[in-house]
Amino acid sequence: MSESLAHAHHAPEGFIRKWVFSLDHKVIGIQYYFLALFSVLIGMSLSVLMRFHMVHPDAKVSLFATLWPTAAQGGIMTPELYLSLMTMHGTIMVFFVLTTAPQGGFGNYFLPIQIGAEDMAFPVLNMLSFWTTLVALVVMVSAFFVQGGAPLSGWTGYPPLSGIGALAGPGEGLGQTLWIVSIAIFCGASLMGAINFIATLIDLRCQGMSLMRLPLTCWTWFVTAILGLLGFAVLLAAGVLLILDRSAGTSFFIPGGLLVSDQILSHKGGSPLLWQHLFWFFGHPEVYIAILPGMGVTSQILATFARKAVFGYRAMVYAILSIGFLGFLVWGHHMFMSGMSPYSAMAFSVLTMAIGVPSAIKTFNWIGTLWGGKIHYTTAMMFALGFVSLFITGGLSGIFLGQPALDLYFHDTYFVVGHFHMIMGVAAIFGMFAGTFYWFPKMFGRMMNETLGKIHFYITFVGVYAIFTPMHYLGIAGNPRRYSDFTNFDFLGKLLPVHNFMTQAAYGTAAIQILFFINLFWSMKYGKKAPMNPWNATTLEWTIPSPPPFDNFAGHHPVVNHGPYEYSVPGAPRDFIMQTDPVEVHADS
Amino acid sequence: MPSSITSDIIKPPAPPRGGGGFGGGGGPDGRGSSRRASMTGLMVLLAATTMAFAAFTSAFVVRRGMSNDWVGLTLPRIVWVNTAVLLVSSLMLELARHALKNGHRTAFNGYWTAGTLLGGLFLLGQGFAWWQLNEAGIFVASNPSSSFFYLLTAAHGLHIVGGLSALAYVDVQALRLRLGPGKRTAVDVSALFWHFVDGIWLYLMVLFLVWG
Repeated sequence: MSESLAHAHHAPEGFIRKWVFSLDHKVIGIQYYFLALFSVLIGMSLSVLMRFHMVHPDAKVSLFATLWPTAAQGGIMTPELYLSLMTMHGTIMVFFVLTTAPQGGFGNYFLPIQIGAEDMAFPVLNMLSFWTTLVALVVMVSAFFVQGGAPLSGWTGYPPLSGIGALAGPGEGLGQTLWIVSIAIFCGASLMGAINFIATLIDLRCQGMSLMRLPLTCWTWFVTAILGLLGFAVLLAAGVLLILDRSAGTSFFIPGGLLVSDQILSHKGGSPLLWQHLFWFFGHPEVYIAILPGMGVTSQILATFARKAVFGYRAMVYAILSIGFLGFLVWGHHMFMSGMSPYSAMAFSVLTMAIGVPSAIKTFNWIGTLWGGKIHYTTAMMFALGFVSLFITGGLSGIFLGQPALDLYFHDTYFVVGHFHMIMGVAAIFGMFAGTFYWFPKMFGRMMNETLGKIHFYITFVGVYAIFTPMHYLGIAGNPRRYSDFTNFDFLGKLLPVHNFMTQAAYGTAAIQILFFINLFWSMKYGKKAPMNPWNATTLEWTIPSPPPFDNFAGHHPVVNHGPYEYSVPGAPRDFIMQTDPVEVHADS
Repeated sequence: MPSSITSDIIKPPAPPRGGGGFGGGGGPDGRGSSRRASMTGLMVLLAATTMAFAAFTSAFVVRRGMSNDWVGLTLPRIVWVNTAVLLVSSLMLELARHALKNGHRTAFNGYWTAGTLLGGLFLLGQGFAWWQLNEAGIFVASNPSSSFFYLLTAAHGLHIVGGLSALAYVDVQALRLRLGPGKRTAVDVSALFWHFVDGIWLYLMVLFLVWG
């Protein structure tokens, strides 16, 4: 051990090295986490503004006039302003919240610890990855403040709208350019992160940490990194093509003879569908990038608080792998409306249905894990249960959308909005809440307040169902999405009360998040001191002090003798066997 | 704050491992990367690069297949010379690695420097190809075929610049006699990356000749 101890490193001194340009994966994880918190505040504020506008399209709000002197002249929001809020809401939420917090935040912090490593494989690359993400965020947000404002093209940035410049509308000039540049920078950052995650998991596992002893969280971070690696590389390529179309006059995506604002464009021969293919080849795996880490956290938490092993660990691993694999074969189901051949649509539809199989395996195994367990209803557990609920609800509507015949009707309605918010947005966010309550003691050395946590959970849980369930009804009734104003359409008149209800629910749900922020920051300073292993959990992060020392294991190298979820093993001295416990404990069973 | 990412790779090799094989064997090493992790990182990087070029290729094939405005591009003659230069530079790096294996440091320095300089020459040659096209009035937006030629050579050129920086770094270390055993990882990683970028270029040449 003395030789190992010689490798122990000391934390760098000084604020800048320690907290700003830190190489420590734990600090970088926290940096990512706070970047996502900042982003989610922006994203959530935008959604509240949108919900407000949908029920009060003609309201004069002096705040709007102050914020957007041209786009909201006299305080009335223009449809273009609404679209720009929608674009920025989607983009910021998908890239800077759903992609960064579960992977860059929790993954960075806990992957090395859970596999018994001192740090990521490439700490400098890790730091660069965070700072590049931050630059991407700054560039993205700056789109609000340039002439014309933020872009209108949605988070999917479909050309021709996104490719032909200011002619297409306010925000399509410099705003859209900043948007695509930010996305390209973000791709670079994600690629750096993915390289680090994959190399770390493959090569830095400690002695005894075989693949089948990895906590499921590590499996999901690993597969997420692979999805990010392959997906973001393609999005980067597509982004470069779009930038060239916008600024170099090429015609990759812009068709010929396009008449926009009374002008015939000089582009010719490009294919808007080419963008859709490239974008969704990234875009569908992106859905799993957002949700997989949530699945891992949920498995981890359900096992811990049901005091049972994860039901069907191997099946869970294979389900994660097959979700990752199939995720690359189904991008066409986002394009049923594009005029693709019915045979292609059929193939994409069948493959889409196939993803239901591993998803169902996971759901079945979560319920199997809970079955007969001694369930401890902590806040982390509540959010993990909420995740399962939302995953089922959101998954079911996916079966409808995966049918080309039904999708033709649903595609441009609120049904889709309800579906993806349930499964990709809210379920993933519940995964993050669960992870926050579960790991907060380890990250900050203090416990979060359970009472505040429970109040926050119940209101949020009811709130998100109140916001997003009616959207399915709206969709079936034919309410189109992306419209800024429903008041001028006779057939939508009867649906306005539903919109009103959803808006009220959104206000309430957004407001209760303040409770979470209070709990988070208050607990950081005044929470009860956390012991080393407050949940009696088994994985390696619970074998070290809270918060962990600079190099995680203080120069020692842990040796793993057990699987990740050995709870309530008969004959064992206590109801959990930690991964580093000596082998003999297990021999009794 | 370390000044470059290469400080990750330039670490003493990990001590031999107990369990061996695919991780999980354990064994002590310092904070950060081992030689094996550097190799894995390289392979993962190559996978990402392959995906990006695959995406460009699919755009190329689709754009060419569906349009009626594609005018074939006659490649500037110089790219053939460039191709040869790049191949020879890869060969030089291999000779250098061979020399190093046999302990011939001076030979290594010579071959590696030659390989690096040839890499720089390739980049200049590509620039000359661009200049020739420009002189002929063929610009990036002239035709989809020229758009793709500029795009793909630029994307490839960026990888060449990255590879060249790594080669130059190793070369400076070697010429300053700092090429201890710990730097062997840098030698291998940068040479492998260079061969890969070389392979991408051959692939692009085939793409231009068959489809361009």
